[in-house]
Amino acid sequence: MDISTQTTDAPPPTPQPGIAEQKRNARGATRAGDRVFLGLSRGSGILLLVIMAAIAVFLTYRAALAISRDHGNFLTTFEWNTNVIPPTFGVAVLAFGTIVSSIIAMAIAVPIAVAIALFITHYAPRRMAGPVAYVIDLLAAVPSIVYGLWGALVLVPHMTGLFGWLDDFFGWTGIFSWDGGAPRSMLTVGILLAIMILPVITNVSREVFRQVPQMHEEAALALGATRWEVVRMAVLPFGRSGVISASMLGLGRALGETMAVATVLSPDFDIHASLLNPGGGTFAQNIASKFSEATADGRDALIASGLVLFVITLLVNGAARIIIQRRAEYSGANA
Amino acid sequence: MSKRIDVSGLTAYYGSHKAIDDISMNIEPRTVTAFIGPSGCGKSTFLRTLNRMHEVTPGGRVEGKVLLDDENLYGAGIDPVSVRREVGMVFQRPNPFPTMSIFDNVAAGLKLNGNFKKSELGDVVEKSLKGANLWNEVKDRLNKPGSGLSGGQQQRLCIARAIAVEPKVLLMDEPCSALDPISTLAIEDLIGELKERFTIVIVTHNMQQAARVSDRTAFFNLAAVGQPGKLIEIDDTERIFSNPSVQATEDYISGRFG
Amino acid sequence: MSTAAVAGKRTSTLQGASLPKWSPYAIVGGSIVLGVAIGLAAGLDSKVQWGLIAGLLYVFGTYGIAARVEGSRQAKDRVATSLVWVAFVIAVVPLVSLIWVTISRGVKVLDVYFLTHSMGVVADSQPGGGAYAAIIGSLEQVGLATLIGAPIGILTAVYLVEYGRGRLAKSVTFFVDVMTGIPSIVAGLFILSIMLIFNMEPFGFAGSLALAILMMPVVVRSTEEMLKLVPNELREASLALGVPKWRTILKVVLPTSIGGITTGVMLAVARIAGETAPVLLLVFGNPFINNNPFEGAQSSLPLFIYQQYANSAGANAAYDRAWAASLTLIAFVMILNLVARGIARWKAPKTGR
Repeated sequence: MDISTQTTDAPPPTPQPGIAEQKRNARGATRAGDRVFLGLSRGSGILLLVIMAAIAVFLTYRAALAISRDHGNFLTTFEWNTNVIPPTFGVAVLAFGTIVSSIIAMAIAVPIAVAIALFITHYAPRRMAGPVAYVIDLLAAVPSIVYGLWGALVLVPHMTGLFGWLDDFFGWTGIFSWDGGAPRSMLTVGILLAIMILPVITNVSREVFRQVPQMHEEAALALGATRWEVVRMAVLPFGRSGVISASMLGLGRALGETMAVATVLSPDFDIHASLLNPGGGTFAQNIASKFSEATADGRDALIASGLVLFVITLLVNGAARIIIQRRAEYSGANA
Repeated sequence: MSKRIDVSGLTAYYGSHKAIDDISMNIEPRTVTAFIGPSGCGKSTFLRTLNRMHEVTPGGRVEGKVLLDDENLYGAGIDPVSVRREVGMVFQRPNPFPTMSIFDNVAAGLKLNGNFKKSELGDVVEKSLKGANLWNEVKDRLNKPGSGLSGGQQQRLCIARAIAVEPKVLLMDEPCSALDPISTLAIEDLIGELKERFTIVIVTHNMQQAARVSDRTAFFNLAAVGQPGKLIEIDDTERIFSNPSVQATEDYISGRFG
Repeated sequence: MSTAAVAGKRTSTLQGASLPKWSPYAIVGGSIVLGVAIGLAAGLDSKVQWGLIAGLLYVFGTYGIAARVEGSRQAKDRVATSLVWVAFVIAVVPLVSLIWVTISRGVKVLDVYFLTHSMGVVADSQPGGGAYAAIIGSLEQVGLATLIGAPIGILTAVYLVEYGRGRLAKSVTFFVDVMTGIPSIVAGLFILSIMLIFNMEPFGFAGSLALAILMMPVVVRSTEEMLKLVPNELREASLALGVPKWRTILKVVLPTSIGGITTGVMLAVARIAGETAPVLLLVFGNPFINNNPFEGAQSSLPLFIYQQYANSAGANAAYDRAWAASLTLIAFVMILNLVARGIARWKAPKTGR
């Protein structure tokens, strides 16, 4: 990439090209072509930044409008009444539901995804590993609305047995008590989200595990390690930060997932101790469900809740990226 | 506690490709045996059959017998994991675990078997590092990562790690090829000391090294590229380098090919 | 260890007692039988529970048996293996179920009529009608989004790989990463907040804009990877001939990586084709055929699925249409995926390492 440094470091941010460059590109047409092309490509990059900034600005603007009209407390009110005057709404329930469903999804998906990634890279018979990886890729390509439809019409009916059993044995905890309603609850949402983010986490983890240098695994083997001990000594420590960032990416997905939650959850505006009884809501689900009946004020309120979601996902994804970058530096040092 | 190795009729494959063909040899305890030969002659493959590492490679399989003090490593019911505890290995490139400290690297093999008190572990680690002539250089930074050491130190760390589990045999696959001359010398000195305790088998590209460190030398060759490697002869190192019984050996040693 | 002692002349250190090769299969079989038996005996009606019980029995059974015969290290190894296999089975079950249900229920009403007619005057609870308007809407919105998103994405990637140094490039890289994680509904809300300012009604192109925003970072990432694969020698060879940089990029770099770039764009298209949330906010849905993406509400396939599910109060006819539309959408996405992968394999850089 050295060649590009010579020509790109030179031009300062102003449109005026450096004198050296002017001399080098003596022929006018050449220089014009280069400048147009550089302008176009750099412009596209800048456009992306502008879009990001615009998202933040416009969402904040509309959100500010909405919050200024809010009769309740935007952060703590357990209500979403936007079609009355004055409107009363708050995001506490949505924040709670979003976090709870994502935690359930992560608790289920991360261990299974890591196991499947290990299955593909270290356990599966060689002839099986390729097709399995392919199937996981396909899982990732299924649109979320189809997951939502499947979740609502297939998964939900299958949950009743499990819910009854959980209630029998763990109902006393309160978290798993169930009053026998339709299992359109946070737990079902969490399970469906887990299925949806599984491929994301699996694919990233798989890549990391695949990069574990052969020599580290052989070192463990030569010490008389069993396969699991090789995984524990050489593979997991090497892949840990990769798995963490993969999980964060999955978490970002789970936080923002809309349709699968909207189809499965039977929402209300309250915080429930039980994960099995229907109720609660998430940011994205609430936007999708309330949108069609929302008045202009209502839409602004929904945008305000979207802004909170935006900030949360930004933080989660930013953290994931920073971990990935740290890992890149770290593994480069050891290469 | 070192053991003798008797190989008979050993053939190894990568998938359908035959890598080495029908090799037999005896390796005495408390000796250093060097394997020399041109690239691709199967000396590393053969080395890896001696602790069942060959079969780790996808498609790798082995026919024939390797007796470790009369016990066939490829016999029925033999656990390759136990074999590798008896027959340790040092690799071409130093490969300390990057996420572990120096101490943990040496203790890695011991920890697999669990029942160690912290103090015992410390003693074994110290003894192993001393055995690998590394103790004085690292005793103040045992908790630092092993990847911070120089290449030669890393390789001695790997040797310490291998001898910490008290194997009977130590296999070394070109242990000095990635090192500078001074580190190489340190490792060669170490090999001379280690042979008091272990049976050592070393693969090397460097004939002076074979001459310097080994008691016996085996010369491997292959008829042509794509053909399986064969053992041409094995004899006392002095004899191999002064008066080998096969012409091909003399040609190779005197630099006429390879 | 007693078996080993009998077998050898003396107690061997190499010979560990080990389970026969068929034992994992036997344990699997036993666990399934026991799981079903327990499920039947306890009167559990959910097959999910049967499977969970069988899985638990398998893992614990493996540990118990292996620990007795082979020792605890081998037992741990075998448990890890069995857990990994169980995880794999757990992941495959929903996929198989999803594909199976979508196909078996989708084919019921999926025919030429379904693909060429719309819901127009058909009530959601009645059989009949089809997804034509939705398909048209999807094609137009996704097509327009691609026309906007792909060039910007590719140009940005060119900038990052061929020109990008310094703080601007660094921040673009970072925000592309961040942008990848934007929930689709937030992209929808962003366009919505602009539309609210100008008091605009929903229309197809608004959806395209949101989809384009979702598409760009995906295209940037994949194109970047592809451009980085182009060996520097090629660029240097061209520059050394006195070819200006922009022509080098256009004539040497891009053609070399065109296969990979196409693949990336197609995968991005497949991704946005399944997006529902922004379309729900911006395009709104329309049972009638609206060919004009720049005026009036449209429909789209994912939106059609959602609305058939949500607005039909459980009418089977509507569910059937939802499944049929799902099958259509999955088929579209999968074909895009397969073709994209095919192109990637066929056009793999010949100059690679």
